[in-house]
Amino acid sequence: MGEGYAAAMPANAHNWVAVWLRNFLAWKKVALASILGNLADPMTNLFGLGFGLGIIVGSVDGTSYISFLAAGMVATSAMTAATFETMYAAFARMATMRTWEAILSTQLTLGDIILGELAWAASKAVLAGVAIGVVAAILGYAPWPSILYAIPTIALTGLAFASLAMVVISLAPSYDYFVFYQTLVVTPMVFLCGVVFPLSQMPSSFQHLAGVLPLAHSVELLRPTMLGRPMLDVGIHIGALCIYAVLPFFLSAALFRRRLMR
Amino acid sequence: MNNFFQPSMNMSTAAIDLAGVKKSFGDKLVVNELSFTVGRGECFGLLGPNGAGKSTIARMVLGMMSPDAGEIKVLDEPVPARARLARMRIGVVPQFDNLEVEFTVRENLLVFGRYFGMGARKIESIVPSLLEFARLESKAGTRVSELSGGMKRRLTLARALINDPHLLVMDEPTTGLDPHARHLIWERLRLLLARGKTILLTTHFMEEAERLCDRLCVLEDGIKIAEGKPHALIEEHIGCHVIEIYGGNPQELYALIRPYARHLEVSGETLFCYAPDPEQVLVRLRGRAGLRLMQRPPNLEDVFLRLTGREMEK
Repeated sequence: MGEGYAAAMPANAHNWVAVWLRNFLAWKKVALASILGNLADPMTNLFGLGFGLGIIVGSVDGTSYISFLAAGMVATSAMTAATFETMYAAFARMATMRTWEAILSTQLTLGDIILGELAWAASKAVLAGVAIGVVAAILGYAPWPSILYAIPTIALTGLAFASLAMVVISLAPSYDYFVFYQTLVVTPMVFLCGVVFPLSQMPSSFQHLAGVLPLAHSVELLRPTMLGRPMLDVGIHIGALCIYAVLPFFLSAALFRRRLMR
Repeated sequence: MNNFFQPSMNMSTAAIDLAGVKKSFGDKLVVNELSFTVGRGECFGLLGPNGAGKSTIARMVLGMMSPDAGEIKVLDEPVPARARLARMRIGVVPQFDNLEVEFTVRENLLVFGRYFGMGARKIESIVPSLLEFARLESKAGTRVSELSGGMKRRLTLARALINDPHLLVMDEPTTGLDPHARHLIWERLRLLLARGKTILLTTHFMEEAERLCDRLCVLEDGIKIAEGKPHALIEEHIGCHVIEIYGGNPQELYALIRPYARHLEVSGETLFCYAPDPEQVLVRLRGRAGLRLMQRPPNLEDVFLRLTGREMEK
């Protein structure tokens, strides 16, 4: 059995790049539509909530509501971009387009493919997160350099959510099942993780729950970065996101091995 | 009868070696105690109807599926343990096209070459020869979604050659193609064999097996029911002319021609008569109303019918 699991692990440190490049080539052909798609949803939230609620709320945590919200939207758009890229696009490449099957007949392993897909989804998360950051910076809700400093966190957020979604698609028989993950896990996280209002407003039990959710750690890193404030517990937040990136990767590799190579 | 030369092969010269391989899915035994050896430079066919286990065997040879029991060695690597190393020197033509339909022909080759760790410059240097081989020189910039079925298959074949493989594993390479496209693929495959490549081919086309394969293994329900050179198998199991008789009352005809036939087989509406002296049979059938007769040399179809008592579904 041990030798079987070797087939599910990356063969080396660079094989995944070929998968990333394949996805990049496919994306280049639809880049404009893809970027607009990535921007539309978080922009609607940013302006809708920011201006609408911002007037009622005034300031939050000593800053304008829209500035407070901007960091949350960067984290959220990274989460959604990575989740959707994995759930829909990677699932299609695995299940309907037979792309993974073609790759598995080369010297790449299942692990190489998963790693390449995760890196690609994280890249799209960076694109989506930075795009929102840039919009916020243009409108003066975040200083320009902070967008640059936020990139590592956005990438790690993307990796963590891509990894989680990878487990979902390794188990899902069809697209129809993704809606459960979306409505029961992804969407509630937006409200539980301090995206639209500070965590401190919630009952303490919810605050404890937020402590184990990846989006909360992402927001805890991104908000001080974008508001130019000192960060607290950096190690814990980065560590938590790393755990969410790494453990689901191994789990999904084992599940995909069972699904595709039995 | 079975005194034909069998190439003697030891482990180090064999391209593929299967010994006692078993595979089941749940309760269903798909491959049962299968052993065969494919020599280097040989075209070896796995011939059988749908569900005979051919694709499962091909997947196990590639290490994409583990056998429940038995040993597999491919290009001197134990599989699946070191299948990745074997796959570096294998080209695969899958049963269903899995090309990148939104990419151009050239992009497909570029992307696939990178999966073998090849650099863009290296790939670009060999693309012209691959396109020429696949007769797709004028299609380099065409998107795959605009290619015909035959062109897609040829591109899949070119793609399988990008790593200059020693061994090609082809799962039903011409299924779904029109006769012209099929003949073009066969011609390309013969060229590859002339260049010394080894081919493992699964097919349910008797004609394909007969034309291309040096040796073949006939499978039914995951069990090897015959193995040998196509003409040796035909000679051994049939060895005489065949008359196909359509129409009439099979029982009556059976009695009439029984004395002149080595063997008779009824399948569906057709009576197959295997006769050393076909004239004797034809004389007795000529002039009978409602009969259609066809005399032909024996083929692998007859072997399969003889061994299994049924025709292979097409």
